[in-house]
Amino acid sequence: MKIIVVGCGKIGATIIESLVAEGHDVTAVDNNSSVVNDMVEMYDCIGVCGSGTDCNILSETGVETCELFVAVTGSDEFNMLACFMAKSLGAKHTIARIRNPEYNDRNLGFIRQNLGLSMAINPELLAAKEMFSVLQLPSATKVEKFSRRNFEMVEIVVKKDSPIDGMSLIDMRKKYTAKFLVCAVEREDEVFVPDGNFILKTGDKISITASPFETAKLLKSIGLDVKQSKNVMILGATKTSYYLAKMLVTAGTAVKVIDPNKERCEQFSEVLPDAVIINGDVAAQQVLIEEGIKSMDAFVSLTGVDEENILMSLFASSQNVPKVISKINRDEFNALAEQIGIETIVSPRHIIADVLVRYARGLQNSMGSKMETLYKLMDGKAEVLEFLIESDCKIADKPLKELNLKKNTLIAGIIRARKTIIPTGDDKILASDTVIVLAAGQRINDISDIIK
Amino acid sequence: MNRKMVLNIIGKIVLTEAVLMLLPLITAVIYVETTAMYSFLITIAIAVAVGGSFMAVSRTKDTAIYAGEGFVIVGLAWIILSLIGCLPFVISGDIPNFFDAFFETVSGFTTTGASILRDIEALSKSMLFWRSFTHWVGGMGVLVFVMAIIPSTKGSMNIMRAEMPGPVIGKLVPRLRDTAKLLYIIYMVLTLAEVILLCFGGMPLFESLVHSFGTAGTGGFGVKGDSIAGYSPYIQWVIAIFMLVFGINFNIYYLILFRRARQVLKSTELWVYLSIVTVSVTAIAINTSHIYNNLSDTLRNSAFQVSSIISTTGYSTADFDAWPGLSKAVLLLLMVIGACAGSTAGGLKVSRVVLIFKNIGREVKQMLHPRSVNKVRFEGKTAEENTVRSVATYFGLYVVCIVVVFLLISFETFSVGSNFETNFSAAISCFNNIGPGFGAVGPMLNYADYSSFSKVVLSVAMLLGRLEIFPLIIAFSPSTWMRKYR
Repeated sequence: MKIIVVGCGKIGATIIESLVAEGHDVTAVDNNSSVVNDMVEMYDCIGVCGSGTDCNILSETGVETCELFVAVTGSDEFNMLACFMAKSLGAKHTIARIRNPEYNDRNLGFIRQNLGLSMAINPELLAAKEMFSVLQLPSATKVEKFSRRNFEMVEIVVKKDSPIDGMSLIDMRKKYTAKFLVCAVEREDEVFVPDGNFILKTGDKISITASPFETAKLLKSIGLDVKQSKNVMILGATKTSYYLAKMLVTAGTAVKVIDPNKERCEQFSEVLPDAVIINGDVAAQQVLIEEGIKSMDAFVSLTGVDEENILMSLFASSQNVPKVISKINRDEFNALAEQIGIETIVSPRHIIADVLVRYARGLQNSMGSKMETLYKLMDGKAEVLEFLIESDCKIADKPLKELNLKKNTLIAGIIRARKTIIPTGDDKILASDTVIVLAAGQRINDISDIIK
Repeated sequence: MNRKMVLNIIGKIVLTEAVLMLLPLITAVIYVETTAMYSFLITIAIAVAVGGSFMAVSRTKDTAIYAGEGFVIVGLAWIILSLIGCLPFVISGDIPNFFDAFFETVSGFTTTGASILRDIEALSKSMLFWRSFTHWVGGMGVLVFVMAIIPSTKGSMNIMRAEMPGPVIGKLVPRLRDTAKLLYIIYMVLTLAEVILLCFGGMPLFESLVHSFGTAGTGGFGVKGDSIAGYSPYIQWVIAIFMLVFGINFNIYYLILFRRARQVLKSTELWVYLSIVTVSVTAIAINTSHIYNNLSDTLRNSAFQVSSIISTTGYSTADFDAWPGLSKAVLLLLMVIGACAGSTAGGLKVSRVVLIFKNIGREVKQMLHPRSVNKVRFEGKTAEENTVRSVATYFGLYVVCIVVVFLLISFETFSVGSNFETNFSAAISCFNNIGPGFGAVGPMLNYADYSSFSKVVLSVAMLLGRLEIFPLIIAFSPSTWMRKYR
């Protein structure tokens, strides 16, 4: 599929990388020739140097025949204009990155409709949503929600003295009454789709699918805390912090935001009257201690500087804050930060790349099922997809044990009319079900791709 | 340096060569040439063994290729290709001397077309076929061919960039593999068109194939001692036009075929190329009008020679060594300029020449107005400062290399005609991948009289010229390999 990406910054580069890996024909457009050259050199795409709002440049990229046009420069207005022009020149679908709260809070529907945007993406908002989910269930390192919100996938790390350390999955099922499924395990950089005999070890990262109620039941019974964070400290008054703070405040959580910039603090106190805004140096440990970091349930570091986020997260851990979340933009730091013990890392660019990959795959498949969600797990080694089954689907109405599933794929859950089913061999997929599928090491476009 | 990946790709290239050698093998079977058949079989077996063992020892998870690896792969691959490619000549005894065979093969792959054979017509059909087929493969690039087959890994672009001639390399379509495929499809279609037109003109199929390979790769190996001179005017015109066609940037054909033909008319390089051709043909036609009886002969001979030299092919219909001084000077100039970047031709490339002159213009302006800010514009865009700088560097290095090659072969003391003109034109001709020069290496003569040492020097010159110097320098510079420098 032909895709044009305007803007090759951090977000743009990640999008290009994942779309190229998906096998799309990608054209990268940017004003800065050295960035374009980098893209062409690193990823298998073609580059055009010039402005994304210049009609000549756009037609040079062949916009009239492209199926998807993505504008992800730093400027919302530029992205909107570029998408509008692309749409007028004949691009089939357009996606703009729009991150300013002004547009997002009130006018997004209006803008989308009038500019003919297929989708507006907001990395900051999506990152905030992901962090919010984790703060609702702080013992998990990651919480991914599926479309109807009554099914989720949580990732937990098996700690040393955990009761499930050294337990096989069959025993785990027998011991705990909760309905759940362990659908993927990451151990030393390798991803397993485990069967019943798989024995868990310390340090494994396991992904569990279940309904929120059952998840809580399970986590409680293996001795993990399931209370949501009630007292959260946020470092940095950025767009992400705004979205996160707003969600937390609405959910009744006490929020404290710290930022060194007086002006930004004032803006925040205007738009977030219920949060406590502190004007102080984020790197000054004295300030954090004074503001009671020791009594916080959670600490979220969202400044624009990765290094600062990592260091301050380490400091928070040393002050025994039970939940520490760090936003890290640069890929190189992710692995490093994980090594030194920061468990929950949120990377806006990966969230966005997942959204775009899903959208692009969704455009390609139109047979019998509709892709609703896609999450990449464990550095992209596995992915979870959510499909809405339509009436003419090939695999519907057959008991699951009769389906010949490919290796390393798994049907992780079925949602039928608000009821969640952890599937067994006798269950069937019916039309209008929502099915959650996990696949490691392969690309699934359509639900029927999981059978041989 | 990711040595395993370098070895892996070279292994793949050697295996590809083994597969390509099946074609001359089939020719040998058709013409029942037993010795040739066995020598191709033995070579294929050697190539499979070498390539297979390279692949076997180089399994690695880290498949990233960076700029350095790209250059090294290209530099080494071309040498290994030539070493294996010359085996059939040696084994069959058609060219018993190893250095002669190596020269002939390098001349083939680099699309030079300089030969050491005194009597071409004595060679067996399958050897003639292989000789010309190396032109076809080397013209577009072996690695480009491999790129079209294997799935691209991270950084494959670096290989393509190192092998394709010209100052800037652009892809036609987003994916490298598709670009490589597209290039080869255009290449094959054009070659096929020429074969059909030549057959139509009464040339036997075998000769049409050989001459089309020679034209497509802008190489110049033929089957006759007097090159194209013995064929009908129709055939001479067909070959002359196709030589020009293969000297044009392949992007242009892509634009004509798939997108806007209007963009083609704006191509500075194409216009300059065609203007140079027109001016040269006119100048030579006027200058040589006293040699030929009528206008059509004069025009055909000058057009053929100009097209042959500027596209760096090296076919000839006339002994241009006997032409007047002005005509020879024009031809020498055309040898240096060469054809368009992104074509199969050698030489300095028209786009480089244009950039060099524009840069000179800018420097002059800068001297007049020291505070002025000037940008070099090319193809309707501001040329990047990096490109302009690298073109200037390349030109400097190009001159140095030619001078060194000229010096080295001037030690030559063979009896007939080892003079300034011969050696100088031999250096220029080999470096720019043309083939014939003046004097003792003129269009009707060959390189057989040079000593083995000079033949090796000239072989290296051909490789340097085809790969545009840097890949070989990088592949053999200690800083690439020694741990100390990394």
